[in-house]
Amino acid sequence: MKYLDEFSNPQLAGVLLERIRESATRRWAIMEVCGGQTHSIIRHGIDQLLPETIEMIHGPGCPVCVTPLGMIDKALDIASQPGVIFCSFGDMLRVPGSSKDLFRVKSEGGDVRVVYSPLDALELAQANPDRQVVFFGIGFETTAPANAMTVYQAKRLGIKNFSLLVSHVLVPPAIAAIMESPDCRVQAFLAAGHVCTVMGTREYPPLAEKYEVPVVVTGFEPLDILEGIRRTVIQLESGRHEVENAYPRAVAEAGNPVAKQMLEDVFEVTDRAWRGIGVIPRSGWRLSDRYREFDAEQRFAVGDLQTAESSICRSGEVLQGLIKPHECAAFGKQCTPRNPLGATMVSSEGACAAYYLYRRLDLPAEVAHA
Amino acid sequence: MCLAVPGRILSLQERNGTLMSIVDFGGVQKDVCLQYIPDATVGDYVVVHVGFAIQRLDEESALQTLAEFEHLGVLKEEFGNGFEIAARQAGLANPETAQPQQSDEPEVRS
Ligand code: SF4
Repeated sequence: MKYLDEFSNPQLAGVLLERIRESATRRWAIMEVCGGQTHSIIRHGIDQLLPETIEMIHGPGCPVCVTPLGMIDKALDIASQPGVIFCSFGDMLRVPGSSKDLFRVKSEGGDVRVVYSPLDALELAQANPDRQVVFFGIGFETTAPANAMTVYQAKRLGIKNFSLLVSHVLVPPAIAAIMESPDCRVQAFLAAGHVCTVMGTREYPPLAEKYEVPVVVTGFEPLDILEGIRRTVIQLESGRHEVENAYPRAVAEAGNPVAKQMLEDVFEVTDRAWRGIGVIPRSGWRLSDRYREFDAEQRFAVGDLQTAESSICRSGEVLQGLIKPHECAAFGKQCTPRNPLGATMVSSEGACAAYYLYRRLDLPAEVAHA
Repeated sequence: MCLAVPGRILSLQERNGTLMSIVDFGGVQKDVCLQYIPDATVGDYVVVHVGFAIQRLDEESALQTLAEFEHLGVLKEEFGNGFEIAARQAGLANPETAQPQQSDEPEVRS
């Protein structure tokens, strides 16, 4: 059982929960798109504190989890090549490729480095002119401006030994794909606050209109999430489907215009495969022609690798909200954070890892007591 | 990595023609690029994601969020040593310390 005193402001959390309880007269299924929100919801037991009629469905918004296997294999291939310094965020280290992960490549002598920012990778390129420095450019619209700026700088400074392995994904096409799925149960969305910090909120009204689904822009903190849910439930109960901004302290309607302009210059929209889900049309970015020389896929010719996905992992269904992590037969048995079969068990923003870390009681009895 | 953390700008500097700053995140200090918030100045609070400020924030919200993230244990994950965290999770030796190259432990002062 979860208790309210785990919240930074238990009184306010109590009031918000009470309001949600008063408003909800029917069953509603709400998807939080963002993995950071999933982490916060499970960690604080928000889904357990909510009235039983409100179901939180966890969405595909963990960039680590949705990076396709083929892209991980390309990263592993490039990182294993002599003369390469391969830079990545720390949470990519243990994402399983077809046969290993970046952590293994490092243990085997590959020069894999964890950086805090893509600019750190660019500095490494400047400091090591005789090496090829490659940065693994994953992430949603929040991360893309950093990578765009880094490539822009590389071009401006004439740095030739830097390249980006690009695997950027976009939220709005994923929302559309979820709503178009015949199995879709989602009735409302909490949109990812920091994606909107960059992109603003104007992409969402057409989606809310077309799919008749409320979209509430929501932050990461537990109270933000409760407020997002409260507003969503009020819309659902009154039959409205509008875009609301419940995170105005960080999100302006226009987003960040400087960042958007940089994105437009450096990237162009492309079809992208999502791990476990498949290709979603026009759901990602790749480098535009002007910056194509910085594309690691071209520089290292990693075009046609064979991939082999675990046959038991159901992370695709988890990412689309079709099953909950513990409904996967491997959950907590063959698949744990120590020995992950799918990316959703690796990243702390992945739903499987969040359930494993904070929901020991939901494990099969023999595992929970092990 | 998908979170964005608020911090306070301590100093500004121009590097390679780029507006950079040192930002304090409740004790951890990092280099942050300010090109996307070009009018930010020392003392301002900004929301930072992977080394880039993407939005300005008022002080009260910033401090609240930092306290919340501290509580959630998110800051360690964001600024800790990636190989160390992965090694602990995997129950394996940290390949970085096995073959020392460079240490980028953040200075965590608490
Ligand atoms: S528990 Fe493991 S195997 Fe099952 S869906 Fe999650 S990541 Fe895949």
